[in-house]
Amino acid sequence: MTAFLALLGRDLRLAVRAGGGAALALAFFAAVVTLVPLGVGADLLLLARIAGGVLWVAAVLAALLALDRLFQADFEDGSLDLIALSPLPLEMTALAKMAAHWLATGLPLTALSALLAVFFDLSARGTGALVLSLLIGTPAVSAIGGIGAALTLSIRRGGLILPLIVLPLLAPAVIFGSGAVEGVEGGLPNGALYFLAAFSLVCTMLSPFAAAAAVRLNLAA
Amino acid sequence: MSEFLSQGGYGAYVWPAYAISLAALGAAVALTLAAYRRAKRRLARLEGKL
Amino acid sequence: MFELANPKRFMQFSGALLPWLAGAAALALLAGLVLGFRAPPDYQQGDTVRIMFLHVPAAWTAMMAYGLLALASIVGLVNRHPLADVAAKTAAPLGAVFTALGLVTGSLWGRPMWGAWWVWDGRLTSFLLLLFLYLGYIALGQAIEDESRAARACAILAIVGAVNLPIIEFSVDWWTTLHQGESILRKGGPLIAAVFLWPLFLMALGYTLLFFSLWLIRIRTEILERRARSLMLSGAP
Repeated sequence: MTAFLALLGRDLRLAVRAGGGAALALAFFAAVVTLVPLGVGADLLLLARIAGGVLWVAAVLAALLALDRLFQADFEDGSLDLIALSPLPLEMTALAKMAAHWLATGLPLTALSALLAVFFDLSARGTGALVLSLLIGTPAVSAIGGIGAALTLSIRRGGLILPLIVLPLLAPAVIFGSGAVEGVEGGLPNGALYFLAAFSLVCTMLSPFAAAAAVRLNLAA
Repeated sequence: MSEFLSQGGYGAYVWPAYAISLAALGAAVALTLAAYRRAKRRLARLEGKL
Repeated sequence: MFELANPKRFMQFSGALLPWLAGAAALALLAGLVLGFRAPPDYQQGDTVRIMFLHVPAAWTAMMAYGLLALASIVGLVNRHPLADVAAKTAAPLGAVFTALGLVTGSLWGRPMWGAWWVWDGRLTSFLLLLFLYLGYIALGQAIEDESRAARACAILAIVGAVNLPIIEFSVDWWTTLHQGESILRKGGPLIAAVFLWPLFLMALGYTLLFFSLWLIRIRTEILERRARSLMLSGAP
């Protein structure tokens, strides 16, 4: 347990310092969200309707930003080999890294979304649903993103392939996440949050295995 | 004949669908066969040299 | 079946099987086309029903190809069969072509009925995501330089995709009922009349056999290319 927490803490510290990507993700999130009204016009009714979807998509993209370095940074300087040799199972290593990513990126994005929802004139209840859906759904983003990061860790420009691999797999998160906001705004409860929770749960449980397998095959050079 | 071509007025959709399908599958067949023959020739040349 | 993992036996086996496969494919396609055009226009869809004879077989083949790709990936990871990797790698571009074809024909099929070139119909949307799964798979395979590493990475991606695909389809389905009510373009449409079933079946059979023929040829090509490469490495002049 201590090894797990130590790794998590280390990754978290690396992520939040300058150049670690956490602050970058927040800035990117805000920038993209600002761009959308510029693109679709300032009709607040329209913006309120699309708020859930726009904020969800922007959050996913922002979370993916620094993901390619999740394993690659340690791989390049050799620390991944050492980490793999430690008594901590590689699956737990992967889980620790995904958790650190969520804490450094997903969680702050969720918090910021409450503020950015104001740009879209989203109602208080809608914003509540948005924040809750992001809270529940961003772990899935870190989990599936972690698989992509592990698969692409040996590719130098893997940052370009990672979104291509990961985004289709995250379609359910975007659908259920924004669907939750719709359900609240439209007044029709639609169970989206339950599906989202199930999806996140399955992703966080299974992803470490896939990511560990990917790390192993890359280390077995 | 013109009835066949017009396809009840939907000809503008039916025929392109068949054309694209034929083109895509035809290209797939052609490229697959070409790659196979190329590989066969290359291997034969290498084996001929030895 | 595992004896086929031996490349030489595979070449013999596939070489013997291919003429029959290709011939059967050609026959099925021909018969399907003839019956397809001789069928009367559908009560609701008119003559656009003939596009269904192209769309549904392409869609079916694309999904079958992904299943085969995932299966080959599992065999490659678990049993380390050398041919399993080749089988998976060669299936992907073919599957992508059938998926793209399914999307284009689906769009052409829907346009007269829906009035738009693309509506976010549940099945077509899932299909679009499937195309991205294929493209991601192919991109990953090309980006990793080491061949066996690439094969194993792609295998993991294929399995993750295969596990996720039902979830994706479920969520897309849910999403369409949320926004549009019932899915407009259901499996094969609302008709089940026998006069349409036969051409549909024959075209689907033809597409499937065509896929297998092309797949076998591509695996053979890959085997020959690897042989050539190993000859070059082992000391050609």
